[in-house]
Amino acid sequence: MKITVKLFAIFRNDRFKIEDREFPNESTVGDVLTSLGIDHPELGVALVNARHVTLATVVTDGQTLSLFPKVGGG
Amino acid sequence: MNRIFRVNMKDLTCKIEEVPEAWAGHGGRGLTSTIVAAEVPPTCHPLGPNNKLVFAPGLLTGTPAAQSGRMSCGAKSPLTGGIKESNSGGTSAQQFAKLGIKAMIIEDKPEAGKWYELHINNDGVTFHDASALKGLQNFDVIDAMNAKYSTKIGVCTIGIPGEERLMSANISVKDSDQKIRSHGRGGMGAVMGSKGIKVMTIDDSAGKRVEIADKDKFRAAAKVFAKAMLDHPVTGEGLPIYGTNVLINILNEAGGLPTKNFLYGQCDHHDKVSGETMHDVIASRGGSTKHGCHAGCIIQCSQVYVDENKEYITSGFEYETVWGLGINCMIESLDDCARIDNAMDNIGIDSIEGAVLLGVAMEAGVLPWGDGKEALRLMNEEIGKATPLGRILGNGTKSVGDAYGLTRVPVVKGQGIPAYDPRSVKGIGITYATSTMGADHTAGYSIATNILQVGGHIDPLVKEGQVELSRNLSIATAAVDSTGMCIFIAFPALDIPECLPALIDMINARYGITLDGDDVVGLGKSILKTEKAFNEAAGMNNAHDRLPEFFELEPIPPHNVVWDFTPEEIDEFWNF
Ligand code: SF4
Repeated sequence: MKITVKLFAIFRNDRFKIEDREFPNESTVGDVLTSLGIDHPELGVALVNARHVTLATVVTDGQTLSLFPKVGGG
Repeated sequence: MNRIFRVNMKDLTCKIEEVPEAWAGHGGRGLTSTIVAAEVPPTCHPLGPNNKLVFAPGLLTGTPAAQSGRMSCGAKSPLTGGIKESNSGGTSAQQFAKLGIKAMIIEDKPEAGKWYELHINNDGVTFHDASALKGLQNFDVIDAMNAKYSTKIGVCTIGIPGEERLMSANISVKDSDQKIRSHGRGGMGAVMGSKGIKVMTIDDSAGKRVEIADKDKFRAAAKVFAKAMLDHPVTGEGLPIYGTNVLINILNEAGGLPTKNFLYGQCDHHDKVSGETMHDVIASRGGSTKHGCHAGCIIQCSQVYVDENKEYITSGFEYETVWGLGINCMIESLDDCARIDNAMDNIGIDSIEGAVLLGVAMEAGVLPWGDGKEALRLMNEEIGKATPLGRILGNGTKSVGDAYGLTRVPVVKGQGIPAYDPRSVKGIGITYATSTMGADHTAGYSIATNILQVGGHIDPLVKEGQVELSRNLSIATAAVDSTGMCIFIAFPALDIPECLPALIDMINARYGITLDGDDVVGLGKSILKTEKAFNEAAGMNNAHDRLPEFFELEPIPPHNVVWDFTPEEIDEFWNF
């Protein structure tokens, strides 16, 4: 299945901003991170269709997954 | 810090007083709000003789504690009609602390047309004719004061909008790079202007190091505290690299980024003005991606933004300002946004109010959406010169909405709503509604838990848990605002268990006292209640703790949600 992955902040370093990528069916957010070489504890926020999801959330074909390290401001 | 400087602008006198017992445990916001509540008649005109302008450094300001150099400024606000505290970086807080000034209270006003420089040193305050400075904007005032004294002189100044008492006018504080930090929100510059004060200069050369009761205990706690700042990924890595503007992309992805005067929750060109882009632009041009607003800041969320020739454009270019210009006004050029930010520093208006009011002005057709050049002209030539149009604009977001008969006017208690949509980030909506300061994201930064997943997670789109979240954060923030600490210590404080105890230990070691966590919560609660009581006596009631009606009527994409809290649910905030 195809997932659009968007990366932000330091996750972009040596990777990409946005890419369509193939993943096996039933892949989780954690699986996507692993495939990108990102340690799971580094994840700050993951969003699918503008909703917060967890490492265990299963992504489905055609979704957009946005991944952020721990960031803040105000 | 053991003295109160009481300045009277009618007699041009300064009395040096002892600190009354009741004020001894207060600093920063707690102290300015306590003094305003005790001494300012709540129904007075904010620009009249009975309002008082109060400055107070925090409880820890002047010590080696990281992040502790913020100055609070308080008064009755001309913008909200209620109590106001606005804190700023720059050098003034640490200079006051060195001079042992726990607070400076400025009373009354001189005869119309008189302008003064207040010169503050170890002996008190002297009053100097400042008519030659009238009509100068902030950077020229700073240059003039640096030439008169030296670059070490502390400077707090107003531009023409402050002289003309426009309600978006701020007070600009010189930082150690001779640039500007601001007591931004609530029109404190108009209050300063109403008192005939063009500039305050601070000479701390005869000052002393702040005394610490238990140095060993202080040193140990300060170390733990600083380590927490550097260990937390937000304060140790995210903020120094990207600044606060890292929030553009995450709010966009979450659908909470108010776009085109709060019509949409996402913006197509978000990445053009994002923190990531800003970092790359600054780095490629040879500016500074890291910068502190005062000595002793180890987080360094600020930056110096330069043009292609490495010439300074602006610094302290914060998320809320970039959002307001780049997203809410659709100005896609980061350079244009930076120039407008610098113009707002120079003329001396709040860069949040300035950006939010421009969005409403665009909706009114005063200028086209996205027109950064015209926005810059309006700042410099209209608001900056207080022309008739400049007065309509410079009196703030509500003034523009009223003048043009609009309903999508994002304000609470007259103050412009910043960078997070309350329909799709509901916790911050409770803070906007209930804050004693008018719409103020910093008063109880629910974004941390709603969006950033710091301090746990509460779904931004559900109502459950939001009131309690906002209440707890607001209480904690009132206490932290009393220490002189910058707001970003909240990130480590929410996640790292040793952080808050270390902060309390530093206060205890500094004063030789024994506060515990409950005392600090109690302090936060009593500050909020003091502020609320002032607002009620000034004529506010529960009906002022509400968001504008359009948030209930207009669903915001992509979530297509409205603001759906009942009045009773909002009022639960005050149940403590
Ligand atoms: S982190 Fe930012 S706001 Fe806080 S003290 Fe440093 S520069 Fe100022």
